[in-house]
Amino acid sequence: MILYLLRRLFYAVPIALAVGFVCFMLVQIAPGDPINAIVPPDAPADVVEQVRKDYGLDKPLPVQFGLWLLKVVQGDLGRSLATGRPVWSDLQTAIGNTLMLAFAASSLGFVLGCVLGGLAGTFRGSVLDRTAVGVAVAGVSVPHYWLGMVMVVIFSVQLNWLPAMGAGPGGSSDWSWDWEHIQHLVLPMLTLSVIPMGIVTRTVRGIVAEIMNQEFVVALRGKGLTRMGVFLHVVKNAAPNALAVMGLQLGYLMGGSILVETVFSWPGTGLLLNSAIFQRDLPVLQGTILVLAMFFVALNLIVDLVQTTLDPRIKRA
Amino acid sequence: MTLRRLLLAACLATMPALAGPSTAQAQGTIRIGMTAADIPLTHGQPDQGFEGNRFTGIPLYDALTAWDLSAADKPSVVIPGLATEWAVDEADKTRWVFRLRPGVTFHDGTPFNADAVVWNVRKVLDREAPHYDPRQVGLTASRMPALRRAEKIDDLTVALFTSEPDSLLPINLTNLFMASPAHWEKLRAGAANAETAWNAFAANPSGTGPFRLTRFVARERVEMVRNDAYWGTKAKAERIVLLPIPEANARTAALLSGQVDWIEAPSPDAVPQLRSRSMVITQNLQPHVWPWQPCFTAGNPLADVRVRRALNLAIDHDGLKQLLGGFMVAPVGTVAPGHPWWGNPSFQIRTDKAEAQRLLAEAGYTPQRPLNLKVQISASGSGQMQPLTMNEFLQQDLKTIGVNVEFDVVDWNTLFTNWRQGCQAASARGAHATNVSFAAMDPFFAMVRFWDSRMAPPVSNNWGHFNDPRFDAMIREARNTFDPAARDAALARLHAAGVDEALFIWIAHDVSPRAMSPRIRGYVQPQSWFVDLRLPYVQ
Repeated sequence: MILYLLRRLFYAVPIALAVGFVCFMLVQIAPGDPINAIVPPDAPADVVEQVRKDYGLDKPLPVQFGLWLLKVVQGDLGRSLATGRPVWSDLQTAIGNTLMLAFAASSLGFVLGCVLGGLAGTFRGSVLDRTAVGVAVAGVSVPHYWLGMVMVVIFSVQLNWLPAMGAGPGGSSDWSWDWEHIQHLVLPMLTLSVIPMGIVTRTVRGIVAEIMNQEFVVALRGKGLTRMGVFLHVVKNAAPNALAVMGLQLGYLMGGSILVETVFSWPGTGLLLNSAIFQRDLPVLQGTILVLAMFFVALNLIVDLVQTTLDPRIKRA
Repeated sequence: MTLRRLLLAACLATMPALAGPSTAQAQGTIRIGMTAADIPLTHGQPDQGFEGNRFTGIPLYDALTAWDLSAADKPSVVIPGLATEWAVDEADKTRWVFRLRPGVTFHDGTPFNADAVVWNVRKVLDREAPHYDPRQVGLTASRMPALRRAEKIDDLTVALFTSEPDSLLPINLTNLFMASPAHWEKLRAGAANAETAWNAFAANPSGTGPFRLTRFVARERVEMVRNDAYWGTKAKAERIVLLPIPEANARTAALLSGQVDWIEAPSPDAVPQLRSRSMVITQNLQPHVWPWQPCFTAGNPLADVRVRRALNLAIDHDGLKQLLGGFMVAPVGTVAPGHPWWGNPSFQIRTDKAEAQRLLAEAGYTPQRPLNLKVQISASGSGQMQPLTMNEFLQQDLKTIGVNVEFDVVDWNTLFTNWRQGCQAASARGAHATNVSFAAMDPFFAMVRFWDSRMAPPVSNNWGHFNDPRFDAMIREARNTFDPAARDAALARLHAAGVDEALFIWIAHDVSPRAMSPRIRGYVQPQSWFVDLRLPYVQ
């Protein structure tokens, strides 16, 4: 197990390099110029060139990438071209906010998904099943930014029950778990939870339905096991696959939803990436994507390990 | 208790908590939803275009000269700021003497004087200065292209030197905000380098402005309180909170749900709803031009003045205004009649499709040989109003007189980049015009950079490579005329000639719509990009 763990951690290194390189190149290939994050468009050529030199943007691309990599190895993600602030300080806050939102949304989505999927799989073909499938399809199909806007119109603008934007009355820096702050989380959390809810519902339904048709379930029933007893066996068998799907979904949510965070002005990684993309703020883009990729790798590793623990049949070399 | 009753009881128990976001605000606090995606820089030279100057420049800092933002019914002109008077040296027209306002102190209590002016000029123009900040160079140097250095004469007198005689310097200087040298030095002592010190300064700035920054949450909010030691008229509001809300619907929802008191640029679609909820919608002519900028190179159809005039006459400005919910002014030039630089041109921009067709026919464009145009545009962008909707309207409108318009849609950053490269560059992709809106408060930015042949790419924004010695001479004359009235007269001649030659296809002037709670009183929307935040207060 330890060897497996070390090997997986070692694999993360080329992934990080590739992510950094691809991100760097994509920004270079894209039309536009990172210098626009620093100078206004009406700046004369001599000022543009001077600033380009001051920021090292006049160096050849391999040199720029090498310098960035050297800093990253030393734990420095650089400074934002637009604000001059260290990327890591902005990223830390953004990741904290996104994690809070992602965990809240995924918890809600997973619980609802497991309940609906479990019921639908157990009572396949029933009205309950069709309703659950309908809800799941709607959850996956409805554009979540649209749903977010609709909920804002209903709950913020019309009913004035919940705030429309932001991460707390004084910003996210003084977050505390009281209603005054939590109410800011409710609408983005509900909006973001519908997709994982839909996907988990469909996945769990499929797995449960398949397991329910297997011979060992018939045997368990034949031996007189109670419905709850059979259900526990089904859950144990369904858990590894469902967990893999949930892990992926949590990973996606951790990446931050650019659209949902923008709709709710939630100061997470999605909003950070959004402004970095439009400003061509290369250090922020590279740093954020690198850290998110590492999160994804770590999350997959954790899911794999938990799967192994739950199902010893899944062997790791 | 049945399940239904239990649920009902739970719902009722949560109702008080759901009664709404906390609406209790301290008296005199104005919460503003900006269009910016981030807090504009607070170290004294804001980014985020002129929205930055509006919200974290002018309220926190002062410059040597300032814009008069006190009235809505007259053009905003330059007035004394931290300098009380100025004059060019008659013997050396590249040397200006500025007399400074006595008794002004920075927020940290240190005095504002000639040393502070020299220090602030060096922060962007002297690469050897310990406090030189490349980030501020890009945001400042481009807006005062002729300034080279400053020299102290005495505590309250300073000399500023330009690279060439330039009468526009006092206007340019509205962009150089004065930060406290003593406060920066204090922060520098605890910082690893100058860049880190400037970051510390941005989080805890010190200027001389009517507000002091008290709280800075990166990317989320800035809080400012009234500076009771301000040298001029003090602010009426006690506190200003600035929130970046880039998404227009989110801004509208924030206003309607009471999370903010004032939003910038509400979407025209939202205005009826805002009005129905008693929100106040404000607008005024802004020196913000939304044009098509032609390419003048040989063989280009827009090199022909008849075609440019025809397009200026062909646009249905009333229809466009209706499309924008009334939030535009039909342009008759870069500045409006009554402005000191208007100049009374002979060519009158209006909607006259018959005349437009006659001019096109005269230029050789008929239904059998229609005019085909390609325009590079963006789908969105800061200050671009509603570029896609407006351009699609123009496309349909011009089709009625036989002009076929094709768009090359690129993103805002790309359009900017291409603007610097000119219409002959590959990045223009054969476009006959580009659609970048621009600020026209300063004659350099309103006219000189587009019509001076020396400003052709890569030097500045003469994207269309316009080259006419008459215009070069008029620009030289304006920059060398130091009497303000005579300088304005020279600029008026330049503007009138520009309109007569139809050097832009002038399509709309922005009116900078804002929506605010009826509780906001005292607000004045001047004919400017900026607002005097000392005037509004919460009833």
